[in-house]
Amino acid sequence: MNIFTNGEWLPLSFAALMGLSMLIYAVLDGYDLGVGILMKDATDPEKDRMIGSIGPFWDANETWLVLGVGLLLVAFPKAHGIILSSLYLPVAVMLIGLTLRGAAFDFRAKAKIDHKHAWNNAFFAGSLITAMAQGYMLGSYILGFEKSLAAIGFSLLVGACVVAGYCLIGACWLIMKTEGELQKKSVHWARVSLWGTMLAIALISISTPLVSARIFDKWFSFPNIVLLAPIPLITAVLVIALEVLLRQLPKPNDRWCWVPFVTTIGIFVLCFHGLAYSFYPYIVPDQLKIIEAASAPESLMIILVGALIVLPVLIGYTFVAYKIFHGKAKDLSYE
Amino acid sequence: MIDQLDPALLARIQFAANITFHILFPSITIALGWILLFFKLRFNVTKDYKWMEAYFFWTKIFALCFAMGVVSGITMSFQFGTNWPGFMETVGNIAGPLLAYEVLTAFFLEATFLGIMLFGFSRVPGWMHNLATFLVAFGTTASAFWILVLNSWMHTPAGFEMRDGMAHATDWLQIIFNPSFPYRFTHMLIASGLTAAFLVAGLSAYRWLRNDRVPAVMAALKTGILTAAVLIPLQIFIGDLHGLNTLQHQPQKVAAMEGLWETQCGAPLVLFGLPNEETRQNDFAIEIPKLASLILTHEWDSELKGLNEFEGNHPPVAPVFWAFRIMVGTGLLMLAASWVGAFYLWKRKDIIKPLAYLLIPMAFSGWVATVAGWYVTEIGRQPWLVNGVLKTVDAISDVPAPIIGISLSMYLVIYAVLMTAFMTTLFYMARKAGQKKSEANTPSSGQTVAEAVS
Repeated sequence: MNIFTNGEWLPLSFAALMGLSMLIYAVLDGYDLGVGILMKDATDPEKDRMIGSIGPFWDANETWLVLGVGLLLVAFPKAHGIILSSLYLPVAVMLIGLTLRGAAFDFRAKAKIDHKHAWNNAFFAGSLITAMAQGYMLGSYILGFEKSLAAIGFSLLVGACVVAGYCLIGACWLIMKTEGELQKKSVHWARVSLWGTMLAIALISISTPLVSARIFDKWFSFPNIVLLAPIPLITAVLVIALEVLLRQLPKPNDRWCWVPFVTTIGIFVLCFHGLAYSFYPYIVPDQLKIIEAASAPESLMIILVGALIVLPVLIGYTFVAYKIFHGKAKDLSYE
Repeated sequence: MIDQLDPALLARIQFAANITFHILFPSITIALGWILLFFKLRFNVTKDYKWMEAYFFWTKIFALCFAMGVVSGITMSFQFGTNWPGFMETVGNIAGPLLAYEVLTAFFLEATFLGIMLFGFSRVPGWMHNLATFLVAFGTTASAFWILVLNSWMHTPAGFEMRDGMAHATDWLQIIFNPSFPYRFTHMLIASGLTAAFLVAGLSAYRWLRNDRVPAVMAALKTGILTAAVLIPLQIFIGDLHGLNTLQHQPQKVAAMEGLWETQCGAPLVLFGLPNEETRQNDFAIEIPKLASLILTHEWDSELKGLNEFEGNHPPVAPVFWAFRIMVGTGLLMLAASWVGAFYLWKRKDIIKPLAYLLIPMAFSGWVATVAGWYVTEIGRQPWLVNGVLKTVDAISDVPAPIIGISLSMYLVIYAVLMTAFMTTLFYMARKAGQKKSEANTPSSGQTVAEAVS
């Protein structure tokens, strides 16, 4: 294991930590962005209930984005500069979206009742804009920040894919956290967005190797193709299992209401690994490697020590928060 | 037209717009968190339900401010990369760990326990809710700690060495407790205390004027006024110390604050004047002889360095000069208002109408003073981004001016919308709270009082 002796393990651990934060972000903020998008199709009392299901969590969920980008910033300053200035406008659009939805979340409940409708729309729009922009960035990243018209088209398509993925995990969250009519509606939403997600996964899996010969070789040369086959195969199994299960939900006594959410997390994790494998060892596709972009080892070390102490505590109290608010969502009350 | 604009200037305006909008909300929440904990603990001790009513009302405002702070803060974490890549490339080894520790030790703590604090009152035992409230307050303060460490380091860098054009940390204790940090951190915490105190006092005065004088309103009003009355002399004292510290490390900033062009012994205090960078003097100046020397060195005749000593290496004078006067003027107004208020509360156990009218606009006096103060210190650092290490112009990204123009316009539009919504909602919430008759009088943790958010 020479990576431990030549000092490469530190940047690699940070890349892993950053990837993990991004993955957790996609799952956690993914479900609350998804809920925001699905609100468009809900009645007013349903909207309150949907907001109630994400209310105690959304703040902390967004913090994972700050951590992910923060790790990119602190561990790989060069890559941070290249990536964020290449994605300047989509980043700005995403930030506007995030600002709008975060503010709307509070205003919809606190401003005058006749403005509530407008704030609900702002919450929906902010969620949609954020998801689209994140997908656009992913698309643009896959293409190595190419700026042609075709590249923009592709990035927009990936934007739509991410919207579908977030709707899926949002709907599965609602299946777990709601009951009655809203739960049935959520099953319907999940089934529709599962189709979108399936198309999305297919699109990204096919196009990524086509864009880069390096990525193509990583997947399709022998013996990689055999060793890696489980990733797409298990993904396919999970997708089919999810579709079969969704047809039967809700079951009596609400059995298995949590299974779709967990299955979707599984799908997200597998897709994430596929992408991570494709791009490794680059942090900026085909331009800059993880090792080349890293900060000084002594600075990385001091962050790592802090992270190793704090992360278990952080995960611990996140768990406590989810435990306190477990079970079916109620309308939010401060008292 | 926009492509003739300087991208560096646009990027600076954008950063200023983002951080100005952002700081408004943390400057409330840092201290309001502790005020909420105070309300809660007062209830625990006295069992007087007015404290819980005050707690619930201000919790909603806290939640609103917190959400605005979070979303505007996320923008900040991206700005470094999108507009100022040179910053992290040069001092990333120092700034990186500090920012990472802020996220790890503060952001998650406050965000997670905020959920329990806001919506967990009827789901968790009383002690746990107290703990959550404490951890949220602690988290906001910890966040202020780390960010002020970094900001202070940019003013008075220490504990590092430059290798190949990059800063490398040599002593983390020196970095964290760099020379201006203790003053800046204290100054900011008290500024937050004053901002929250005047907000509480101002909004309570608004309810008082609408004849909504239930015990909860009076308790909050009293808390706001007395907190302000205690903090403002403290702030003037700390501000003075901070000024002396700045004189030692960044004399050109102090010279700009005072509008002092020539180095002189027994320098005058410029009460009014229009700093003119062309002629390098103040037009229409009204001065009090020797007072600046006295204030800054505590001696009548000592020498103060003028801006001409730093030609080409000092900040733009007029904005620093004016922002400083706005901050000090607001501070003096705060002193007057809070002490008059405290006097009437002591004499009559109530306030008087003219004071209530004054306190309403002063609900936002903390914002004015805080933002003006930050303009003094940040514009006063120019042309440096990190004092003596990195110039602002050298950190800029190569994003062209029109693109920055687009993002800047989007930000300004959404900030204007949100600011309008925020202000109107605050007063709407105050009116609504007054219309609602308090139904239950002795709920405790675990009992759900029927008041949904909406």
